[in-house]
Amino acid sequence: MTAAPEHTPTMVRRSVSELIVPFTPFCLVIFLICAGYLAIGIPSSWMTLTLSGLAMGMMYFIMSTGLTLVFGLMDVINFGHGAFVSLGAFVGVTVLLQLGAFSESPVLWQNIAAVLLSICAAMAVCAAVGWGFERLIVRPVYGSHLNQILVTMGGLIVAEQLIIVFWGPEEIYFSRPEMLKGSTEILGATVEKFRVLVVSLGLAIFAIMRWVLRRTKIGLIVRAGVEDREMVMALGYRLRLVFVAVFIAGSALAGFGGAVWGMYQEVITAHMGNQALILIFIVVIIGGLGSVEGCFIGALMVGLMQNYVAFLAPKFALLSNIGLMVAILMWRPMGMIPVVKAK
Amino acid sequence: MIRTLLSDDLPRSRALTFLLIAIVLCLALAPFLFPGVRTVDTAARICIFVVLVASYDLLIGYTGIVSFAHTMFFGLGAYGLAFGLIHIDRSYLAMGLGTLAGGLSAAVLALLVGLFSLRVRAIFFAMITLAVASAVAVLFSQLSSITGGEDGLTFKLPRSLGPAFKFGTETLDGRLFGVKLNGKLLAYYLIFFCSAFLFLGLLRVVNSPFGRVLNAIRENEFRAEAIGFPVIYYRVAASCISAIAAAGAGALYAVWLRYVGPDTTLSMEIMLNVLLMVVIGGMGTLYGAIIGAAVFVLAQNYLQTFMESAASLVDGIPILPNFLTADRWLLWLGLLFVLSVYFFPKGVVGRLRRGKTVPH
Repeated sequence: MTAAPEHTPTMVRRSVSELIVPFTPFCLVIFLICAGYLAIGIPSSWMTLTLSGLAMGMMYFIMSTGLTLVFGLMDVINFGHGAFVSLGAFVGVTVLLQLGAFSESPVLWQNIAAVLLSICAAMAVCAAVGWGFERLIVRPVYGSHLNQILVTMGGLIVAEQLIIVFWGPEEIYFSRPEMLKGSTEILGATVEKFRVLVVSLGLAIFAIMRWVLRRTKIGLIVRAGVEDREMVMALGYRLRLVFVAVFIAGSALAGFGGAVWGMYQEVITAHMGNQALILIFIVVIIGGLGSVEGCFIGALMVGLMQNYVAFLAPKFALLSNIGLMVAILMWRPMGMIPVVKAK
Repeated sequence: MIRTLLSDDLPRSRALTFLLIAIVLCLALAPFLFPGVRTVDTAARICIFVVLVASYDLLIGYTGIVSFAHTMFFGLGAYGLAFGLIHIDRSYLAMGLGTLAGGLSAAVLALLVGLFSLRVRAIFFAMITLAVASAVAVLFSQLSSITGGEDGLTFKLPRSLGPAFKFGTETLDGRLFGVKLNGKLLAYYLIFFCSAFLFLGLLRVVNSPFGRVLNAIRENEFRAEAIGFPVIYYRVAASCISAIAAAGAGALYAVWLRYVGPDTTLSMEIMLNVLLMVVIGGMGTLYGAIIGAAVFVLAQNYLQTFMESAASLVDGIPILPNFLTADRWLLWLGLLFVLSVYFFPKGVVGRLRRGKTVPH
């Protein structure tokens, strides 16, 4: 009997470039922040801009994450997503105005409670409307992109007009809760208090979403569904139900984002969802459709880019984001972290 | 001869033929049949939107790609004409040059956007064009030193297109069938014939071998590629052609309004109107553009009056009047749009042609 051949498998150490490549999208955010520093040159205003850029990025992330998951799961593109942003803003602000006693009192926890309560109301209403929207508008047009785009666009118009019917066509001005007005100094940079709250809310949402997607059974099903829908269905999961749940959750998150964005701007209009939709699209395209992490990075980059450019050359803020999108798509045609296999 | 003019693409339905002949006759004789500022204005708008909708249908109906940047090209044509008339002089040559420049820049932009985003997936194209179009609209309203900003630009047309210009005063006493012969009439016919020319040109394009390939791409992209047609080039070419036609329509619109501004040419609302017209008329047939534009523009002008009177009927009931004020007509159009995509996906033309086999 001959001896088995000498066989000592060794792991080949991965080269530095191989180690870095998966993290390049994350590095891009840091790179952008550094580039911003070089371009602006004044540390205090750079700090302020970076923080507000991060705050805006968090809002974009909250608003767009639902859209990207919905697309990944069921190949459904929802142009009506912007309607939920507007609706969330209007419901949130209405509730905030009702909670006048809470938001005008000079106690911080009461103010934050008022903000959180109004966000919860916005999420609840948007979730309910999202369920109806899925039923009435999206369900009949599964499988046909052309009809989806047309019908959800129609849904967006109708929803926007309905908001005007119930809340009137004028812009609504209001002021934020007492203790969240104004700004504080952090490391010599002036930072609006509300932005700090927004950044922490955004991080919390990102952490929760990551936890749900990575650590729970439903998250596993969702991620598997995004990667290969037919396989998951073949294994016996009713992906349609999961999809409806994700659609509702995504609508609720859009409402969350809209409420926060409305409070951030202190003025709301029925068209704000339309404007948000454009940025949301840029974010999900940059990030790669179907990817929550990509969406997060894309949102931060868009927020930062917008703030830096708005400071340096105010007229080119939106154009710079288009430039960013073009650059990213030249580099990675499917977005930074493509999850959905090319269909 | 008519067959040649229509590129052998006849309406193929008796009702549709009558409807089309009626609309075209009304448009051709509008200043004489319905003399009035508002009606002639409506007719001119219909002519212009027929071209715009037809050029959009080349994309959405024939090639199966959804673009939201069509108003951008429309606006480029309009601004091109305005720049020509403002910066050169008020002559026909300047009009032509400006329109040419607008058309060329629209084609180049369509080429860039197309080459860059049609490569990936059709769904990206819709999202990217939406972003690009809104960025361009914002840019045009902010570069106020060049484009006049939100206020837009007013300009003077060549003298013979203005209402002050009279002709035929000796031979016809300045009137024909009771209609004053002035520059406004000339402007209307300039628009009518240019629109007809552009429309017939588009009809020629979609009925050429090139148009057949576009249809093949719409039906099955993979198969078209496998047969040996480079899909991306055909798509980009289609989007360039439709951009040029849209720029032409934009220039005509600027001629009629004697004004360009972001609201009238670049806004998202125009884009939605075009979408509605395409869907109402019927996708995938250029005759749908004529029907869709006519129905929509008439509705836009007269539905609002109707809604106003309906709102006064329900006065006093809470909320209900809010649904019916004339400002909310977009709500009803949106509903109409959604319902027609569901129940009426082939539009008026598809309904009229029902049961007829396609000869090709």
